[in-house]
Amino acid sequence: MNRAGVAPRRRTYRPPGISDVGEIPLKLELRGITKRFGDLVANDHIDITVEPGEVHALLGENGAGKSTLMNQLYGLLQPDQGEIVVNDEPKVFRSPRDAIAAGIGMVHQHFMLVPVFTVAENIALGAEETRGGPLGWLDRRRARRDVLETSKRFGLPVDPDALVEDLPVGAQQRVEIVKALTRDVDLLILDEPTAVLTPQETEELLAVMRSLTEMGKSIVFITHKLKEVKAIADRITVIRRGQVVGTARPDTSEDELAALMVGRAVSLEVDKRPAEPGRSVLRLAGLVVDDDRGIRAVDGVDLEVRAGEVLGIAGVQGNGQTELVEAVMGLREVRAGRIELDGDDLAGQSTKRILRSGVGYVPEDRSHDGVVKEFTVAENLILDMYDRDPFGNRFRLNLDKIDGNAKERVAQFDIRCQSPETPVGTLSGGNQQKVVIAREMSRPLRLFIASQPTRGVDVGSIEFIHGQIVHERDQGTAVLVVSSELDEVVGLADRIAVMYRGRILAIVSPDTPREEIGLLMAGITGGNEEKK
Amino acid sequence: MTAEATKQKAPVEKEPFLNVFLRNLWSSNGVTVTVLSIVLAVVIGAVLIVVSDSAVLAKFGYFTARPGDALEASWTLISSAYSDLLKGALGDPDAFRAWFSGGGTWQDALAPISETLTYAAPLVFTGLSVSLAFRGGLFNIGAQGQAVLGCIAAGVAGFTLGLPIVLNLIVALVAGALGGALWGFLPGLLKARTGAHEVITTIMLNYTAGLFLAWLVIQKGVQQPGRTDAISKVVAESAQLPSFGGVLRVHLGIVLAVLVTAGVAWLLNRSAFGFELRAVGANPHAARTAGISVAKTYALLMAVAGGLAGLGGATQVLGTAYALTPSVAGNIGFDGLLVALLGRNRPWGTLLAALLFGALRAGGNRMQSFTGISLELVTVLQALIVIFIAAPALVKAIFQLRAARVAGLGAVPAKG
Repeated sequence: MNRAGVAPRRRTYRPPGISDVGEIPLKLELRGITKRFGDLVANDHIDITVEPGEVHALLGENGAGKSTLMNQLYGLLQPDQGEIVVNDEPKVFRSPRDAIAAGIGMVHQHFMLVPVFTVAENIALGAEETRGGPLGWLDRRRARRDVLETSKRFGLPVDPDALVEDLPVGAQQRVEIVKALTRDVDLLILDEPTAVLTPQETEELLAVMRSLTEMGKSIVFITHKLKEVKAIADRITVIRRGQVVGTARPDTSEDELAALMVGRAVSLEVDKRPAEPGRSVLRLAGLVVDDDRGIRAVDGVDLEVRAGEVLGIAGVQGNGQTELVEAVMGLREVRAGRIELDGDDLAGQSTKRILRSGVGYVPEDRSHDGVVKEFTVAENLILDMYDRDPFGNRFRLNLDKIDGNAKERVAQFDIRCQSPETPVGTLSGGNQQKVVIAREMSRPLRLFIASQPTRGVDVGSIEFIHGQIVHERDQGTAVLVVSSELDEVVGLADRIAVMYRGRILAIVSPDTPREEIGLLMAGITGGNEEKK
Repeated sequence: MTAEATKQKAPVEKEPFLNVFLRNLWSSNGVTVTVLSIVLAVVIGAVLIVVSDSAVLAKFGYFTARPGDALEASWTLISSAYSDLLKGALGDPDAFRAWFSGGGTWQDALAPISETLTYAAPLVFTGLSVSLAFRGGLFNIGAQGQAVLGCIAAGVAGFTLGLPIVLNLIVALVAGALGGALWGFLPGLLKARTGAHEVITTIMLNYTAGLFLAWLVIQKGVQQPGRTDAISKVVAESAQLPSFGGVLRVHLGIVLAVLVTAGVAWLLNRSAFGFELRAVGANPHAARTAGISVAKTYALLMAVAGGLAGLGGATQVLGTAYALTPSVAGNIGFDGLLVALLGRNRPWGTLLAALLFGALRAGGNRMQSFTGISLELVTVLQALIVIFIAAPALVKAIFQLRAARVAGLGAVPAKG
């Protein structure tokens, strides 16, 4: 564990069940932290104090400099100016090892776990206990025992023998937290921990955070989700464009926080007129689809989306929404049933033909399926139209038209990039998503399908993207929105279909009480009355 | 980050190009690393030259007594070896002087460059083959086999068809390209249909092609009449790539290579197929979601890559060898892998890398005969260059290069 010669802070055995409240509380101060990347000032004289036992929320849009700041605190980057002070003692962190030795742990947004290792192996990784000297063998039993002990002490159930790749995302995150806690850290940095979680998993995580602070641990909680901040934080620091623009108490209203974060007043409600549904555009009848493992994911779905309306599909992730949409897009084989677009059967058609017949598609996993990160903004904006007039034909591309289109879309959709020739991978998540939305909306559509249209997107961009979706609806396009954020579905949809275990449990109006929709998402139909 | 970027952009005046150039010169960008890799390889090569020479080593035996002897002898050996390498690759100043003063012929002066270009020509094609496939996300280890098929098809067409001049050459070249394309299409199709990994299938097809060639050249109708060794009939003169003749072996193949490089550059950056293959290479999932058929792209890409390697084989037979032997394709396919790596999978970079490899090969011949240093040193140099290119972190550490900032924020590890 400490090849660097740093003595372990405390590696004494504590019997399980005895909490260590009051044991060496950790007070952290960041003083005047400044970090530059070339001409870009990512962090500009940031001062933050984290008191022992508090949840300190770091709120800011994507690209505000939150992660850069935390990477410096965790030793992944070194500040150009300023100092990190732990318990009144200035520290220099050259690597995460130094940070962990000082009692600071971090759970990254993208988990750093080895999928084919067990939970215990993953937790031991980097601090392997060996027997028989430095070249000895791994002490698996001790690793297992440490995991069980930590998991029990903090009330974080994990199975040390499960393979990480078999665990759901929420459980993987628990493993990351347990991993940090076994290193005896007193301050835990959680980098956008809820971005990948379902509403239930988020609730569980918040409960875990509360119990950790009760045990005297401090938590730095990085997020751009206002509801969670209000629910959990003791103090809130808002960062915008690399600077601290204010601190707030959790009783500050969401609108105020959003305005502080974005720098202008933001509307959190989706502003829309009542729908004027027209003809039926998309009709699914008895649709059956399997997932990658060959297990039934969509089990006989009947659904209709009409022109000029937004149909929202609500549901906890993994209940067949992904497979349903992929089947419509020709990306997944249809086992049974029909998919009709204005009466034409789409089943068995190629994705290209489906896109060309006036369907716009925003996939749920932006970086996996939505954009080619190495490609420029301009290229990504024509990714599915590159061989069509005016951008090109079967043989050649028309670069002038592609550039012209890019300039137009960048302005129209407010895509923040240095130039259309910038690789998309260097843009923030919100701007990458705007590229996908801009691409899919820049042609006449009959049907627009958006999966998780605002996942990992900052508040300012969410408002914009929602506005675009409503605008598309008002043009008479049929819109299908799939989201695991209930707020989003309720805000956007004119009708809500609740999906559970591959079936549509009910179709309800967005005025339905949240609790009722929440129960439906959990598979509880209550009295079986199917509402329309 | 972009929000800050736009904010920062306004007050900063545009820097003069020269400043940007100088600032980035000592950063770990592709060009600097490539040049420094070559420098490092030359330095290590120098050490090997000294170590492999027993006379010089003997002088090191009494190094402490008279260090000057050993150092001088080493320096003499190294400088004569490398100057012969340069003379053999680019030209001997004496020969140029003789030409200008009327005492020698221009052919003699230009012969080294001719040799360089002759060795480089087939490598351009096989290098492009590997580069193009790689841009589409495929490892074409099969350039060797595809080049062999190109040799066979071009050679057989060259000595059997007997078409009129010009037409015969064109037909033979096309046959070579088609032969290679077939040998590339097979693994492409297998990959697209069954997911069979192209590295395995192309390696296997390399053996198949090589053994087929060895069998073919001793068959009746192919083997040169009156010969008992494994050599085929000679390609008809009308199918040969025109050359200057005499000591100037360079032939039209190098011109063709430049044209094809331009074509591949166009294909990659300006054509719809190039867009597809780059998209599939960078992110096949996003490409599929955008309606691009990944399977079709793989199959077509391997056919095109095979065609390029086949063309390389064809220039070898029609421009240099004129007859098929089991080793007619030499190592051009495998060298193509190295050339592509050195050229960073960019068409013009690949052309330059092939020229460098051609120069090393041509200069190595002279170094061997004049300084008595084994031709294998050239192979070692090539290998060292490639090793350093493949390990940019090593070069970066040795020369203390700054991190590259060419892509703006690309090197920043944080997302927010």
